[in-house]
Parts: sequence; C-alpha cells; structure tokens
Amino acid sequence: MEEVVQPNVYVRTCIALLMLLAVTWSIAYINLGPFNLIVALAVSIAKAIVIALFFMHIKGSSRILHLAAVAGVIWLLILISLTLGDYISRGWVPLNH
Amino acid sequence: MSISISPASEPFVGEQFDDIEQQRDAAKLGMWIFLATEVLFFGGLFLGYTIYRFTYGHVFVAASRKLDVLIGGTNTAVLLISSLLMAFAVRAAKLDQRRALVGLLAGTALLGCVFMSLKAVEYHKDYVDHLVPRMGFKWEGTDPGNAELFYWIYFAMTGLHAIHVTVGIAIMLVLALLAWLGKFAHGNHNAVEIAGLYWHFVDIVWVFLFPLLYLVGHR
Repeated sequence: MEEVVQPNVYVRTCIALLMLLAVTWSIAYINLGPFNLIVALAVSIAKAIVIALFFMHIKGSSRILHLAAVAGVIWLLILISLTLGDYISRGWVPLNH
Repeated sequence: MSISISPASEPFVGEQFDDIEQQRDAAKLGMWIFLATEVLFFGGLFLGYTIYRFTYGHVFVAASRKLDVLIGGTNTAVLLISSLLMAFAVRAAKLDQRRALVGLLAGTALLGCVFMSLKAVEYHKDYVDHLVPRMGFKWEGTDPGNAELFYWIYFAMTGLHAIHVTVGIAIMLVLALLAWLGKFAHGNHNAVEIAGLYWHFVDIVWVFLFPLLYLVGHR
C-alpha cells in the first residue's frame, strides 16, 4: 500500500482555493486600473500552484516530475514573451520602404 | 517468469518494469509529459487571447461585462470541489477502499455534469443575448468586429475546455465501473492516479479562463 496524506490536507487545500476564488471575484468590483489584471493573474497562478502541489502531489514527488511539470509552463512563457516582444515593439524602428 | 497464481491479490507489474514503484513513476511521468503538451495546446489560444486583449483592450472590457459572472464563478467553485473529490478518490484507491472509490469517482463525474449543465445554460443565454458569433451576433457599442472577436475567443477557449471536461466525465464513469468490478484493488491504481492528474489539470485551465474571460477590467 502506498503512503497517503491526511484527509485534512485536501480539505484545507480546497478551502484555500475557494478563498482565492473569492479574492479574484471580489477584487474585480474594485477599480485598480492595470492592477486588476495583475492581481487576477497572481491569484490564478497561486491557485494553479496550490492545485499542482497538493492535489497533483508535486509536493513530495520526484525531481523528474517537477521538471516535467515546469517544462510545459516554461515553453508557454517563451511562446508568449517572444510573440509579445514582436507585437509591443512594432513601430519602434521606422522602416524604409 | 512465473505466472502469478492469483492476479487480483497483488499488483500487476509489466515485464518492462523492475518493480511496482518504477511502474508507478513511469505512469506519472508519462501523464505529466502529456499535460505539458496540453499546456501548449491551450497555450496557443491563451497567446491569441493575450495579443488581442493587448491590441483591443477597451472592447474586450466591454464584451467581457456581458458574460454571466455568476455562472462562471459558480462553475469555478464546482470544479474546485470536484478536484477535492478526485483527490479523495485517488487516496481511496491507494488505501484499497473500493466503495469509497466508486462513490468519489461518481461524485467527481456528477460535479463535472453540473459544470457542463451550467455551461449549457450559459451558452443558451449567450445565444439569446445575441453574443454568439455568426449566429445572430448583435453589438450595440463601438467596434462590433472586435467585440465579436472576443466572443470567438471566448467560445473557442471555453469550448475546448468543455470538450476536456466531457472527456474527463467519461473517464470517471469508466473508472467508477472498473472500480466497482475491483480492477484497482491491491495496488493496481495507476489509472485512477493519472486520471486524477488530468482532472486537476482541466481544473487549472478553468482557474485561468475564469478571470481572463469573465473579469476583464473591473465590473
């Protein structure tokens, strides 16, 4: 039989996730300008990390699983940052036609 | 290799593996690599979303306000709770608790169905409100073309996610049946564990979709 974590770890994880949901939801009714997006993204990232650590058992798993879990995210960040780098910088350098 | 006398009394280890631990690690690693490809699968849509939101921010704020935040938010809670049941299902499988496992897998599938039902109600509401692109889309405000673009992205992202939830529900029901038949007894619970990873991943995707689609700008 494999080792299992205590049930209250999962219950606490779920309560934390629902509280984070309440934070995103309520913060949307306050005008923070560009910080609305930053807070919403930060809360989503926090939720994703909590789910991965406790529900998906990244906490306590082998290094190679950590690597596989992070790999997808790193490639996604490369995809988004390089593409945005293009879109944001368009028009910075005048083109000679 | 000797043939095991009673296959149900001990974990089945494929002959390519040294032991049950290695088999479990291989299954989990395979699933995590699949999930990395899923990140990139959804990633293309998230990238498209990012660029268009960056380019047409004001229209996206106006378009997002027409979505039903109550249904979207409730669905987030439904998926988070279904993930709790799924985590308990994996635990029950590891502890060889057959009845609890069947119940928890069925409960996870049921909450998946609640999610899909709310989504169906919401899509119908979107249709009635003329928010579905190419199907009677009407936009009173400025820049209707890019407002329609927001709803293309909304339907593509939530639609792809809904397909994943549907697949997840089917997996949970099949697993519940197999669990009922005792197929995951005695340490043979790899299938439950990696199905759990899939379900939690689908939950994570929604965790990002909810604020990015329903809560653009402040309401």
